Amino acid sequence: MSVVFEKPNALCDVSMHYCPGCTHGIIHRMVAEVIDETGICGNTVGICPVGCSVMAYDYFNCDMIEAPHGRAPAVATGVKRANPDTVVFTYQGDGDLAAIGTCEIVHAAARGENITVIFVNNTIYGMTGGQMAPTTIPGQITQTTPYGRDPKVQGFPLKVCEMLSEVDGVALAQRVAVDSVAHIKEAKKAIRKAFDNQICRRGFSIVEVLSTCPTNWGMTPSEAMERVRTEMIPYFPLGVYKDAVVWEDKTKG
Amino acid sequence: MLTEIIISGFGGQGVLFSGKCLAYSAMLKNVNISWLPSYGPEMRGGTANCSVCLSDEPIGSPLVTEPDILIAMNDPSVDKFIRSVKQGGKVFIDSSIADRKADFYDKFDGKIGIFRIPASQLAQDNGLGGMGNIILLGKVLKECSDMLCGIDRDTVFEAFTKIIPPKKEALIEKNRAAVLVGEGI
Amino acid sequence: MEKVLMKGNEALAEAAMRAGCKCFFGYPITPQTEISAYLAKNMAKRGGVFLQAESEIAAINMVLGAAASGVRAMTSSSGPGISLKSEGVSYIAGSDLPCVIVNVQRGGPGLGGIQPSQSDYWQATRALGHGDFQMVVYAPASVQETIDMTYLAFDTADRFRMPVMILSDGLLGQMMEPVVFPQIEVKIPEKPWACCGHKNKRPHNIINSLYLQPDELENSVNERFKRYEIVKRECPAAESSFCEDAEIVVCAFGAAARIAKSAVNTAREKGIKVGLFRPQTLYPFPVELIEKACRKAKIVLSVEMNKGQMVDDIRLALNCRLPVEFFGRHGGNIPTVKEVSAQIESISERIK
Repeated sequence: MSVVFEKPNALCDVSMHYCPGCTHGIIHRMVAEVIDETGICGNTVGICPVGCSVMAYDYFNCDMIEAPHGRAPAVATGVKRANPDTVVFTYQGDGDLAAIGTCEIVHAAARGENITVIFVNNTIYGMTGGQMAPTTIPGQITQTTPYGRDPKVQGFPLKVCEMLSEVDGVALAQRVAVDSVAHIKEAKKAIRKAFDNQICRRGFSIVEVLSTCPTNWGMTPSEAMERVRTEMIPYFPLGVYKDAVVWEDKTKG
Repeated sequence: MLTEIIISGFGGQGVLFSGKCLAYSAMLKNVNISWLPSYGPEMRGGTANCSVCLSDEPIGSPLVTEPDILIAMNDPSVDKFIRSVKQGGKVFIDSSIADRKADFYDKFDGKIGIFRIPASQLAQDNGLGGMGNIILLGKVLKECSDMLCGIDRDTVFEAFTKIIPPKKEALIEKNRAAVLVGEGI
Repeated sequence: MEKVLMKGNEALAEAAMRAGCKCFFGYPITPQTEISAYLAKNMAKRGGVFLQAESEIAAINMVLGAAASGVRAMTSSSGPGISLKSEGVSYIAGSDLPCVIVNVQRGGPGLGGIQPSQSDYWQATRALGHGDFQMVVYAPASVQETIDMTYLAFDTADRFRMPVMILSDGLLGQMMEPVVFPQIEVKIPEKPWACCGHKNKRPHNIINSLYLQPDELENSVNERFKRYEIVKRECPAAESSFCEDAEIVVCAFGAAARIAKSAVNTAREKGIKVGLFRPQTLYPFPVELIEKACRKAKIVLSVEMNKGQMVDDIRLALNCRLPVEFFGRHGGNIPTVKEVSAQIESISERIK
């Protein structure tokens, strides 16, 4: 008998607390697979956000730090600067990264901080029960936009990859989705690249993953996947927004 | 003995530097000292000053409110501090920049000793442009020898070698020359 | 050992490097800027990291990251910036991380002023951030003591795995005095809890302040407070002068204590039985030491550069046994020796 599917070593053998149909599990798995493939688990430090994935420290098998809301890029900067040989990634949601932590993410990017950022965008605050996020789409109903997000009142969503693609320190800014096998394969490649960039010291890499929140969207898991395709991808187009080498590393072949 | 000194003038006249010269000199003499600069926006283009305390005892407040010695290099400094000088204290004024008429100072006669020296002009005349502060310091060394806890010309000369970086070595001799000009007045 | 003349801020920065501080993260603010400037010039040359952060919030979180990865880390600021850091300080305390935070105090509240003040006593000793936690707070009164306490701060932080504050002020930070750097062999303890990569040789480390189960959170806070008991036993420090027969004890810390000491000296010359008690740690407050200093006292005068923030701590330390009066200047004003002397003389007349 041959093993055709198993849990990545970089994931702990515990059950996760995520809701059915939530794509955190898929994204965790992809990150863990990349950590396994590149053989960096013993040298990696992950930084968790505040939000649904706050407890990712219990799921990843590498050293983990839980950061204050939005500050993961600053914490990652401290870890990376103190110990430049560690591989450091942050795992952040949309509220964490694009609202309260906008300052930290933009400046970590501007410094060309040699870290990997996994940005999970599901257009809503999950953990606090479904409030408007900085990425909530116009018209989208949330607990704090009960009549739908009206740009005249609540302004427009922030398109993070587009914005960061203008920042000189960014090596990779790519938006992916996990609503289909093809997209998942694409997403995995992007995450691999974001880690490879760090290992080769090329600069700041961010992969934005369009994700679901069936619970707070009030949908079934399959309806939620459908929403990613019909509402989110048109507003947040997938693709590579920036692919460049910020730092030429003379020490690595 | 505690001697409290205020050195005040426009930013760029070297009042903080004069204070540092005294502070280093005191350190070389193993005398207790403190040096406290004014800081903040008032430094930009306004009046800068520093408080220097010399003492045989540990120094309490480093902030001088009633100086024994005042070096004032412009009129705002004269106006700000001259009334606070202790009875019997001494005031050294760069009269080429601070140009209050002699009668302004009459009211302080008998209370404090006032030395009006055209220090900046003297510096220019002696090829020591910008060293009016050190000329005044030379004059202080001469007039206040009993108040300086043993600091004299030689101590200050040695202090220059500690403060002035090797890259600007030529300035050591110039500063020494300025002290001599001040002492010669 | 050679004496050098240094500003308080620069001396603190130099001492931090010598004490093994590997990472400094900060943001410019008057009157602490010389700390950043000195470290910017020297940190990299000596194998350390200096980084100017985009905000105070980012700076303290960079400290969190560096401390979590096992190195000695520091940040410095002044009142308004310290307020911004409070979020990070709470997380650092909740994550049991050691670090040093420097507050070169200026006047507040709000933007306040930039001149020396001691108006952050409450903030430092009561609640620099949400939740049940404390920091050790050192209050130096000279440039030399700033150096000595910087070494101590790093050791204490590592020993108890907690944030430690050096509460300086604009006067101590800006003034120059001759100092000597002690020849101390710095010993940084092993940090098996650090997040620096497990090298596949140990289970993964987690640094975290989240406990969703009330019992777990309660236990973690209780465990921390057990450490605070040791801190309270072993860390209090204070200097007493002329207190043996003092009927009046002047209590002052930091820069205000220098002025108070001159005033006490002046009053002693006039035959007044007055002493000075100077807490060197504000948390833990030196309760037993002040009790000892006040054995013969009839009254205590607290002299501060604020509105009397230490008064309650003195009252509590003495179980309200003695009246505690207050004299202070604030807003950037510094009390003069004359003013404090006048207070002492007036009290002396009243208690005759």
